[in-house]
Amino acid sequence: MTRIKRGHVLLAAMAAALCVPAAGISSGSGLPTSIGKGEGQLNLIAWEGYTQPQWVKPFEKATGCQVHAKYAGSSDEMVTLMRQGGGSQYDGVSASGDASLRLIYGHDVQAVNPNLIPDWKNFIPALKSPPHNTIKGVHYGISLQWGPNTLLYNTKDVKPAPTSWSVIYSPKYKGKITVPDNPIQIADAALYLSKSQPSLKITDPYELNPTQFNAAVKLLSQQKPLIKKYWALASDEIDLFKNGDAVVGASWPYQTNTLIAAKAPVKDLIPKEGATGWADTWMMSAHAKHPNCMYKWMAWVSTPKVQAQQAIYFGETPANPKACSIMNKLSPGSAAQYHCGASASYFRSIKFWKTPVAACGNGQNDCMDYTKWQQAWTQLKG
Amino acid sequence: MAASLDSAQGLNRIPPGRPSRAARLRLSGLFWRHPWAKALLLLAPPLLAFVFVYLASLVALFISSFWTIDPFTSEVRHIWNVDNYRTLWQSSAYHSIALRTIGIAAAVTITDAVLAFPLGYFMARIAGGRSRAFIFVAVLLPLWSSYLIRVYIWRLILDHNGVLNWSLRKVGLPAANIGYSNWAVWLIFAYVWLPFMVLPVYGALERIPESFIEASRDLGAGGVTTFRRVILPLALPGVVAGSIFTFSLTLGDYVTPLLAGGASSQFIGNVVYDSIGSQQIPFAAAFAAVPLAVMGAYLLIARKLGAFEAL
Amino acid sequence: MEQRTTRIALGLWSALVVLFLWLPLVLIILYAFNKSNVQSWPIPAYTTHWFRAAWTSEVRTSLWLSVRVGLIATGIALVLGSAAAFGVARFRFFGREAVSFLLVLPIALPGIVTGIALNSAFVAGSINLSQWTIVVGHATFCVVVVYNNVLARLRRASPSLIEASQDLGADGWQTFRFVVWPVLSTALVAGGLLAFALSFDEVIVTTFTAGSQNTIPLLILGYIRLGQQLPVVNVIAFTMIVVTAVPVLLAQRLMRDTGVLRRTAGNVTEAVESAQITAV
Repeated sequence: MTRIKRGHVLLAAMAAALCVPAAGISSGSGLPTSIGKGEGQLNLIAWEGYTQPQWVKPFEKATGCQVHAKYAGSSDEMVTLMRQGGGSQYDGVSASGDASLRLIYGHDVQAVNPNLIPDWKNFIPALKSPPHNTIKGVHYGISLQWGPNTLLYNTKDVKPAPTSWSVIYSPKYKGKITVPDNPIQIADAALYLSKSQPSLKITDPYELNPTQFNAAVKLLSQQKPLIKKYWALASDEIDLFKNGDAVVGASWPYQTNTLIAAKAPVKDLIPKEGATGWADTWMMSAHAKHPNCMYKWMAWVSTPKVQAQQAIYFGETPANPKACSIMNKLSPGSAAQYHCGASASYFRSIKFWKTPVAACGNGQNDCMDYTKWQQAWTQLKG
Repeated sequence: MAASLDSAQGLNRIPPGRPSRAARLRLSGLFWRHPWAKALLLLAPPLLAFVFVYLASLVALFISSFWTIDPFTSEVRHIWNVDNYRTLWQSSAYHSIALRTIGIAAAVTITDAVLAFPLGYFMARIAGGRSRAFIFVAVLLPLWSSYLIRVYIWRLILDHNGVLNWSLRKVGLPAANIGYSNWAVWLIFAYVWLPFMVLPVYGALERIPESFIEASRDLGAGGVTTFRRVILPLALPGVVAGSIFTFSLTLGDYVTPLLAGGASSQFIGNVVYDSIGSQQIPFAAAFAAVPLAVMGAYLLIARKLGAFEAL
Repeated sequence: MEQRTTRIALGLWSALVVLFLWLPLVLIILYAFNKSNVQSWPIPAYTTHWFRAAWTSEVRTSLWLSVRVGLIATGIALVLGSAAAFGVARFRFFGREAVSFLLVLPIALPGIVTGIALNSAFVAGSINLSQWTIVVGHATFCVVVVYNNVLARLRRASPSLIEASQDLGADGWQTFRFVVWPVLSTALVAGGLLAFALSFDEVIVTTFTAGSQNTIPLLILGYIRLGQQLPVVNVIAFTMIVVTAVPVLLAQRLMRDTGVLRRTAGNVTEAVESAQITAV
């Protein structure tokens, strides 16, 4: 009993604290002031494509830290992995915004000193101390890259070219649609409803009261007979599009890049309703065994060259705008294609992943928390 | 009688020879006189290992199904409740998932039994030594080529533009769109577990003495009657033993539905896996109790049908 | 003797089933030569590039880990499994059925249940997931396989053989060496081979008991999810089929010898038993 109550208090405090500066939950004292000698090894949890040999091998050579990466396909998996072995199994994780807060409040990650990362001061202002990894001035990680969840379609089979998310909710391409197998998809449905059913008054697709939530779940239940497969792995979607099983769906730029490289006739776009997206942060485990190597890694992936390489490989946008010119050198036109150095208004138009909690931003407390999202998602898939 | 051989003479009198041999004889004698000591020594290590490592963790898992988790940090809270079971009972989605899993497991078992029985019969009673060896290796070798790759290759075969549809179109037939569906899941499961059914069926059929068949013929039974009343009942334990493998392996699998299933192919294993992934351990444990119960019942029936003798 | 048509029909059926089993394997081998890293049909072009690309340090480490885990788990299984089989086959005691039932559980229960049970236990005990936790997970079902094999053999072999040996003056060790071991050896080898095969290919329990290391199946799963170097997966499968043909042939020979031994042992048993009946 006592525990739940304390949990609720913590939630309310966090919600309040996000808007108003108050006493921090962690004083942030005891942060290192310099990076020590590397420990020779680094165990990371990463999204597919985040630890390519292209930039990992030079890192290993320069620092002597041998990198072992464990790939995770969802934020849920990342949180689970971080908690294994008492939390000391992995040194760092490339958490998206819907996992980072859970990790901070679960005491799975520790505060870091951003001043030890030389490129941090060059980051775009919105990602220097964003609310999903910085609590009351205490940084729990270093922002990495960000990107949108795009609409992917086959240019030969989908005519005319779509401009709205409605194409994945209508029966025109029944049996040839694919969307991610992730409860956070409910937010995408909510985002679509915020424009197609304004009477629901959805302002934030992650803060949904029961009426708005049920409407989103209903839309997804109606979508289910149209779906060929809910893709769980990036390669699932690549196979679906390559072999003609799907012609339109929600995707990441990584799949688009891989399909175009394999000469599949596909294109992607951000439809007129806008898109959800993810902003990733490298966070250090609270019980990291190799903290120095982790700091070296965070510094390495923040440099303009590595930011450019990763952005082009995955199809995302660097946090470090100095990478834009390098992107154009590596692949002409890529800076504009992936919105490097985009305006603040474009950044704000992406609704980044964050953990749904019961405390709605407007002072109400009846928003659906993430457990309900997970259960609803399992049940609507059936 | 064997027992009348003078055991008192043989074992109590210490024979000449090296002291170590004498000691060994005394030890053997001790174990002979007190068989329970031998049983204890033999059974203690494996039982203890099993109890502490395996059973304890199973029990702990089941207990956690009566707890709940903090909705934000997802840490397990030791509050006793039956909410997880209530959710399972009330939501029809979980009913259909459980029924689908059990249904496909049963279908796979029947399919494999039908495929394996004639093959086992041919191997056991008709094929010559060389052909039998060849078929044996041919059946066993696929087991060594990695389950994941076999599932993945079937996904490629059943794709919209995969080998199957390509072949059908070449002969002018319409494309069979069974990729990413429950049909695909059933087909793939039947494929990967087939060797597990062939081996016990072959073993059971091979053990039927020729004299039984001859006796049946001598009593006037035709081929079909002999098959129905002599061969089938004797081979049944082998079929049931094989079915334990096919049924349980299908019941608990989540990889094949994940890779090759469609939009409505969730298995119990997938829900459990997703729940673990989202730290809902108590709920995962509650749903995992379903295959536990189903397999428990299945094993009891299998034991009655004599399957454990044929494993 | 069955009718000729029956035999032809059964032979045809067997041929079709074997074809069904092998067609996908042939395709696996074909795809190992696929030039494109995105798998589709028909195969656009062929290359042997992936065979060189596959032999990375990552693959070598995983292979070595899979072999190590397999050997250790099989070793544990041979000791514990045969001990348990002896105990259950030779003695009647209270709870014998229960013990027998218990020892079948790891194979009968879904792998995911074993996996999450062990994982929760390790997390609760703050035990780091490592090679040893993988071994523990694999040992649970390896013990079952060896236990079943040895138990089946013991049930067919007569206990009077051991009695006879001791009546003839052999001590425990000699009995074991000259009577028990020859009868059991093929069962142990067959059980051990099957246990190793199961351990080598296991993915579900391993997912939950492995730390940051990868066994071959976990590595393959990683390649499949990344989707960048899929033909490497086919190369690994092709290699495994070729390399394991030898042990499988070996196992088949042993099983064949089993039949001979069994019939011989059976004859001896029958002779002894009939002698006992007349003597009494």
